[in-house]
Amino acid sequence: MTALAETTETSTEAGAVPSFDVTLRIRRFDPDTGAEPRWEEFTVTAHGTDRVLDAMHKVKWEVDGSLTFRRSCAHGICGSDAMRINGRNRLACKTLLKDLDPSKPIVIEPIKGLPVIKDLVVDMEPFFASYREVMPFLITNGNAPTKERLQSPEDRARYDDTTKCILCAACTSSCPVFWTDGQYFGPAAIVNAHRFIFDSRDEGAAQRLEVLNDKEGVWRCRTTFNCSEACPRGIEVTKAIQEVKRAMITRAF
Amino acid sequence: MATTTPTGTLAAPRSARATRSRGSSRTNMEMVGWLFMRLSGVLLIVLIFGHLFVNLMVGEGINRIDFAFVGGKWADPFWQFWDLAMLWLAMIHGTNGMRTIINDYAERDRTRLVLKALLYLAFFVTVVLGTLVIFTFEPCPIGAPAELLPSFCPAP
Ligand code: FES
Repeated sequence: MTALAETTETSTEAGAVPSFDVTLRIRRFDPDTGAEPRWEEFTVTAHGTDRVLDAMHKVKWEVDGSLTFRRSCAHGICGSDAMRINGRNRLACKTLLKDLDPSKPIVIEPIKGLPVIKDLVVDMEPFFASYREVMPFLITNGNAPTKERLQSPEDRARYDDTTKCILCAACTSSCPVFWTDGQYFGPAAIVNAHRFIFDSRDEGAAQRLEVLNDKEGVWRCRTTFNCSEACPRGIEVTKAIQEVKRAMITRAF
Repeated sequence: MATTTPTGTLAAPRSARATRSRGSSRTNMEMVGWLFMRLSGVLLIVLIFGHLFVNLMVGEGINRIDFAFVGGKWADPFWQFWDLAMLWLAMIHGTNGMRTIINDYAERDRTRLVLKALLYLAFFVTVVLGTLVIFTFEPCPIGAPAELLPSFCPAP
């Protein structure tokens, strides 16, 4: 992507991608000065094929090296660069500038509900703590088989949707219940529990349901659908949460 | 190129979820509450629309409502039970909903405590008062003109 952008930059003749100026309005916080967080605007030239992440790279590499954000794969796989762009949680590397109306400033903030460390970098530890609590690994009893644990395609399809999670925290940090006190497990943890609860090979469903039956577990979900809307992988998060609720009820009665 | 404007304060860092003691819990109050909201919701639709239909549409409809009509209804155990169920379910349903909202939105422990105390007080007063009215209603008060009373009242 970046390589492509650079070649088009040098050859702006026929077939060139149109370029335009775009303003990024970024919420910045520097822990070293201890100053209040502030909004800062940067105007850079971007191409029609550029993503928000490309514009941010341009700012960081050419304008202000102190701008801090996470990114790793730059292709929507690692889940590092979830941020609040124009009021919605998205991955900067999957959001095209042209889809955002670049004639207006593009507002970029850190995701809500988690402590900000610097600029767009938040402390993900509370998020991962909830994730660890649902035991996101295969739990089995008895001896390990001598070959693979086989599974029918239908059984695999049962939890296919929730295997897509990349732990970017876009869902959890879009949840109003999580915003209040940060004690709620959050959609991401429930999605990852769902991935194992409905896996025919896993035998830890009861344990996981017990964990999520907590006061701060699935019952705090208010079905606002913010999480389903925020998920950059298109996981039907709210549906997964409802399925976990249903599993709990059928188990109890 | 870079313009700076100050904004509000930064949200205070928050701690991770406090790990709770994990007892074996097949059911818990939150689950019961969640289920209750669904079931009582369905029942309340039937009860409330039944109530509205009988009171406002059957026969002469709304013109029929007077002391005698209400007195007559509450002399019948069927309607006593109907109204009692409506009162209790609606009050528990509403109070649980408010409790949820307080839990979601009131951040400080003290605010939470005060709001919930007021809520439970209102619940208690309404339910006790309503229940008393339904069971102790006197359809034939002494000395009232007979044309205002239900037909089953003894002639004065
Ligand atoms: S940088 Fe890896 S998901 Fe965006």
